[in-house]
Amino acid sequence: MKGYNFAYLDEQTKRMIRRAILKAVAIPGHQIPFGSREIPLPYGWGTGGIQVTAAILGADDRLKVIDQGADDTTNAVSIRRFFARTADVATTTKTADATVIQTRHRIPETALRDGQIIVYQVPQPEPMYRLEPSRVETRRMHALADYGLMHVKLYEDIARLGHIGISYDYPVMVNARYLMAPSPIPAFDNPKMHMMPALQLFGAGREKRIYAVPPYTEVRSLDFVDHPFHPARAPHACGLCGAGDSYLDEVLTDDRGGRLFVCSDTDYCETRRADGQVGAEGVPVGMPGGAVEATQ
Amino acid sequence: MSATIDLPGFADPARDAQRAFRAVLAAMAEPGSLRMAGDDLIAPAPLAPATAAVLLTLVDGDMSLAMDAATYPAHPWVIFHCGTTLTEPAKARFIVALDCPDLSTLPSGSDEAPEESSTLILQVRALGSGTPYCLSGPGLRSPMILRADGLPADFAAHWAANHALFPRGIDIILCAGATLVALPRSMTVENA
Repeated sequence: MKGYNFAYLDEQTKRMIRRAILKAVAIPGHQIPFGSREIPLPYGWGTGGIQVTAAILGADDRLKVIDQGADDTTNAVSIRRFFARTADVATTTKTADATVIQTRHRIPETALRDGQIIVYQVPQPEPMYRLEPSRVETRRMHALADYGLMHVKLYEDIARLGHIGISYDYPVMVNARYLMAPSPIPAFDNPKMHMMPALQLFGAGREKRIYAVPPYTEVRSLDFVDHPFHPARAPHACGLCGAGDSYLDEVLTDDRGGRLFVCSDTDYCETRRADGQVGAEGVPVGMPGGAVEATQ
Repeated sequence: MSATIDLPGFADPARDAQRAFRAVLAAMAEPGSLRMAGDDLIAPAPLAPATAAVLLTLVDGDMSLAMDAATYPAHPWVIFHCGTTLTEPAKARFIVALDCPDLSTLPSGSDEAPEESSTLILQVRALGSGTPYCLSGPGLRSPMILRADGLPADFAAHWAANHALFPRGIDIILCAGATLVALPRSMTVENA
């Protein structure tokens, strides 16, 4: 694209972000401050993830962008097109074909593999921000590995509700040292972070923080021995592909209480349907009203 | 001196720096793994292509750099292409060296900002051959053997003291020829 550097950011900015990423990988789960730049979309739309992706992306990468699991939502489509235009990078919707996956609020159902990089868009990198508003204090707490406040929060949930009342952005301990916000992924996705073969990078643009989890690193969701972590999932099968193991979105279909549960991960659902799997409310691929092959 | 400074940097700064960075990132994410960098770069003596590529990729005017006596002949090239100024090792965020300095004398960051530690770019004689070290820690599914020729005999003991500082500590990028290996502070390194 004329008038812009490769992958939009200037080289000095990329070096600054790259240095932050390397230190983030060396200190798993620790938040590194960085000089977040203005990006041509508003804060909260993935400016942190975009800056991390821009700093790592190369001509031989294949980029996938998802928003709540979907490749075809406005945010995912516009970010994918942004990099196709500014970095001339190949794009895909297939999890298995991608080398870099930028995500908002989901981890793909298809297991990631060695060599892949997943970039999370993070609105709030500080896991204790609802408990302790002062960054000076939370920095000190991270330095001392003093996470009693979070354990008290979980305990109070159990005392009041009978269970831990966090369904997304569920706090994790990384490498048995740092408490980390996994970004607002459903707690259902937390176990996928543990010993993941892919490199996990996190970018928070507004909050100006980068952090990372290297491959094959211990990531434990906080819990108690008598109240173990329990990832929640709607007790249904996907209406379109019949999957019983995927995270589901609930879609209202009419104004008479009709609803449909479908995979949040559109690539997973389409791949299953292309393989001939049909859910209770689905139509086989190729039939009238059936799904068409996804096109980029 | 002028012969050194006349040598070019990256032919295509944006794309070459990206490729070198991804090599360093992959090395940092999988400590002990050998990665290629700077294979098409003409490095100023005595720097190896990988050492020069890492400097061009990570160091600029925002960062302070220290060079040890053995790498000093390359300093005009480094200052010109990186736009950085030289400082002493105790104040530097990046240190490039042929002889492994005492890690305990280098900035290791603070408890609140462990990222403000220095990165040591250490050029050795060879990677993939030489003394075996056993590596384990984040990034590795199972312990692996790294062979490096040119590290000090008591490197494992020095590294153990550095690793004990975690989350503070020094990160090392080992370079030889056009290959590099990263040792983030999170690694446990033992004589194999």
